[in-house]
Amino acid sequence: MHVSTDTSAPRWRRQIAAGVATLALLGLVAAAAPVLAPYPPAQQDLAADLAAPDISHPLGRDKLGRDVLSRIIYGARVSLAVGLSAVLLSAGLGVLIGAAAGFAGGSVDFWVMRLVDILLAFPGILLAIAMTAALGPGLTNVILALSLIGWTGYARLVRAEVMAVSARDHVEAARALGVSTPALLRRHVLPLIAAPVMVQATFGMAGAIVAEASLSFLGLGVQAPTPSWGAMVNEGRSFLLVAPHLVLYPGIAIFVTVLGLNALGDGVRAYLDVRGR
Amino acid sequence: MLAPTVLGVATLVFLLLSLLPGDPVEVMLGETATPADRAALRRSLGLDRAVSDRYLSFLGDLLRFDLGNSIHTGRPVSELVGLHFPATAALTLAALVTAIAIALPAGLLAASRPHSHADRITLGASLVGVAIPNFWLGPMLIMLFAIDLRWLPVSGTGGAAHLVLPAMTLGLGMAGILTRLVRSTVSETLHEDYIRTARAKGASNALVLWRHALRNALVPLLSVIGLQLGSLLAGSVITETIFAWPGIGRLTVQVINTRDYPVVQGCILTIALTYVLVNLATDLAYAWVNPRMRHARVD
Repeated sequence: MHVSTDTSAPRWRRQIAAGVATLALLGLVAAAAPVLAPYPPAQQDLAADLAAPDISHPLGRDKLGRDVLSRIIYGARVSLAVGLSAVLLSAGLGVLIGAAAGFAGGSVDFWVMRLVDILLAFPGILLAIAMTAALGPGLTNVILALSLIGWTGYARLVRAEVMAVSARDHVEAARALGVSTPALLRRHVLPLIAAPVMVQATFGMAGAIVAEASLSFLGLGVQAPTPSWGAMVNEGRSFLLVAPHLVLYPGIAIFVTVLGLNALGDGVRAYLDVRGR
Repeated sequence: MLAPTVLGVATLVFLLLSLLPGDPVEVMLGETATPADRAALRRSLGLDRAVSDRYLSFLGDLLRFDLGNSIHTGRPVSELVGLHFPATAALTLAALVTAIAIALPAGLLAASRPHSHADRITLGASLVGVAIPNFWLGPMLIMLFAIDLRWLPVSGTGGAAHLVLPAMTLGLGMAGILTRLVRSTVSETLHEDYIRTARAKGASNALVLWRHALRNALVPLLSVIGLQLGSLLAGSVITETIFAWPGIGRLTVQVINTRDYPVVQGCILTIALTYVLVNLATDLAYAWVNPRMRHARVD
């Protein structure tokens, strides 16, 4: 839940810039991981387990002597993959189902919205936990679980927007001229609802990244040896006293990413508000 | 809408954990189990019956609050849930109190001094609160307050001190959301005519804020608190795991790891149904405190 606040123009511009920069950095780090990472993420050195940060390993080493910086860099791939895939799948599914429900109305709308109500009756990450418990851990199952849950928010938003836009004169006119329903949706309705969907997608991506990290933290997400920021925090938890760097740095990576994406969402929404006025 | 939602939630939980890909008996017993053991477990879980039969029995049992028995301990799931639920309720309420205790003064301070340093710091802190994942915040708080400063216990139960760090971990995110809400709602209210009138009549700034502006902010605040309680319940799964807090969230993770599916089903169902009931209570409370809705009903 994000609450809009008074936002002056320079502020939304700064927010969007910060968000885009974060996203670009995440993409760059993920894409160039083999070049940027000083060591292979799974390379072990048991003689140097839990070593504190030094010049050759700026963020220290984990319990197997693996380089924490390299694992954080490779972990960006998992976060980006889950964030993008879950958002694309859930937004695609949600827009399709929401548009169908809003446009068809009647019993289609009734049953779709009841299903949405039931899925939304599960708090936050609980349904993802249940799904990954049922499907088994792993990257694909995490993406699948988050997408199967995430579409509901988009569907509800798109349904309401489609209902509002469908009543407008230009849509009525196009319908009277015999434009087919798919063409009507594609050309006259969906372009008008792209902006709110985009705002939701930005927050959705931050949510998916935190959800993946949370599932991996609980051991239900990405499995070893693939580096995931959430799993790294969980592994480091047992060594808080002797090696706090194991928890500190992966957590900062998640925090900065989510902060940036939330700023982007806030900024885009504020921009749309300003434009709307 | 309560009954269809409850039925839908129960059906979804049943489908999720009953139509698992693969054989749950295989998963629970492993490859070394004898065919007799497998058959016995299959019978005790009802897996030798048709899905429709199992579904109807599941709903019938649910009406009697019978959630089945744990595969590993043999104890009734309802007993296990009953044993762990109070700890989760205590943690969730403590987190809620923490969030409100931070959000009200911080939001009012920011709203009363728009664009000041206090406003910017409050807003920045609330953004940070929203963005910090609780599975990271928990260990960080342990490091600071339990290991470095030694003010509070690391984990477990034993007294009010044990509840402080888990409640902060669970509540700080919500505090960030509520702070922004209080700030924006009170800011808007402060421009209303009746506030100007109150000021013209000589009401002090504190009186205007606490008595007039905050009262209006309470209505949307209540609605958001209801929604956020669900997040707190879900967040308790992670927070309880971090702090070894003996609630239903930690139990859920433990039984997922031991693949005790009847208990998994019972835990998830209990959390989801609690969320549904909390939302219903919020709707009722919202209608009760919102004069517009109350008067609309009377009219």
